[in-house]
Amino acid sequence: MTENLERILSEHRFFHGLDKAFLELAAGCAKNVRFEAGQFIFHEGEAADQFYLVREGRVALQVSAPGRGAATFLTIGPGEVFGVNWLLPPFRWVYDAKALEPTRAISMDARCLRGKCESDHNLGYDIMMRLMPILIERLHETRLQFLDLYKSHA
Amino acid sequence: MPDVPMSETAALLHARPMVPQIAHVRRRRHDAPDAWTLELDMANGERFLYAPGQFNMLTAFGVGEAAISVSGDPAEGPLIHTIRAVGPVSKALSQLGVGDPIGVRGPFGVGWPMAQAEGKDVVVVAGGLGLAPLRPALYRLLRERARYGRVTLLFGARRPEDILFRQEVERWRGRLDIDVEVTVDHATDEWRGHVGVVTNLISRLDTDPSKTVAMVCGPEVMMRFVAMALIDKGLGEETIHLSMERNMKCAIGHCGHCQLGATFICRDGPVFTYARLKPLLAVKEL
Repeated sequence: MTENLERILSEHRFFHGLDKAFLELAAGCAKNVRFEAGQFIFHEGEAADQFYLVREGRVALQVSAPGRGAATFLTIGPGEVFGVNWLLPPFRWVYDAKALEPTRAISMDARCLRGKCESDHNLGYDIMMRLMPILIERLHETRLQFLDLYKSHA
Repeated sequence: MPDVPMSETAALLHARPMVPQIAHVRRRRHDAPDAWTLELDMANGERFLYAPGQFNMLTAFGVGEAAISVSGDPAEGPLIHTIRAVGPVSKALSQLGVGDPIGVRGPFGVGWPMAQAEGKDVVVVAGGLGLAPLRPALYRLLRERARYGRVTLLFGARRPEDILFRQEVERWRGRLDIDVEVTVDHATDEWRGHVGVVTNLISRLDTDPSKTVAMVCGPEVMMRFVAMALIDKGLGEETIHLSMERNMKCAIGHCGHCQLGATFICRDGPVFTYARLKPLLAVKEL
């Protein structure tokens, strides 16, 4: 079972090339999950106790505003990850995640993974180096969205 | 030079490049909240010949002249322009009704590298109204499909309701010979497609950079980051082509209104390789 998860993790873009010993450690925190279209995966304000690696399907990250409904600010597809609030306090979701179509993912138990990163700083460093480019890229993309480039500037 | 035969209109253009030909509006269509598409018939009855990526100077009589890319099919049908109403001239042009006269001066400039793209995979990246100048290239790619490898369209829009040529984009999505991905910057819960900037789609792109040509059009900031994302994918600077927009006036490289350093956008472009544009794009306020 764990061996199968190791293989799935190693094939996912996020963990691609991870040292085999680290992969075994990470697989100990992982499980396969499946969501139906329209199903909420988590809600804003809840404890960020999982970290998700999408294998198939698509997930919308949303923020709701009174009178405006749910606004999707990013969609996540195969090979991508979401739920990075697991890493640092206050370990709380700051948006909703909703499956837009039938979605298969690997769910990493955040407490378990944090513990392993804490006890093996080499693993922690490796995972941090995988997360940072994603966070930087998303910050950059958010800036571009904020610029509203396609708006008519009459 | 454009790869089209010399017509009577073209001969007149060479002889008197500042004199517009008369055309009349055959049809008008509202294609996005602030964009109108005009189908034009030339008054002399000729078919207007042009290469994908070229532009015309359109005259709203009594108001002025503006540079507008051709957005129709170069192989058939009327001359088509898609206009965003942003200034007095483009507003006047977009308000023209069926039968109204319009001045057409052109075609001008260097278009998309259709010949260079033959035998290669082609990635077309459009942002907002940038799909309009790319549409003639897409028509050519689809019409002469066997000449090209894999064809991909990555299209970014502001919101779902701002998607230009929406029905046509949906038709392309249904075809098996082109991969179409559309993303929007902002969406409500009803939208089921991608949300995020168009560069995000490039990171998911599966292509062999050694045999890929990219054609990019959209806001300049978007094009800068798209070019960088394509470079990160392994494409060479000479294989990335961008269509630039500047304040063009004479369209024949005389007046200097559209000059970027020593480069005239109207005469030397509007389509350039990233290798040529890169140093110019880095200069602020050029």
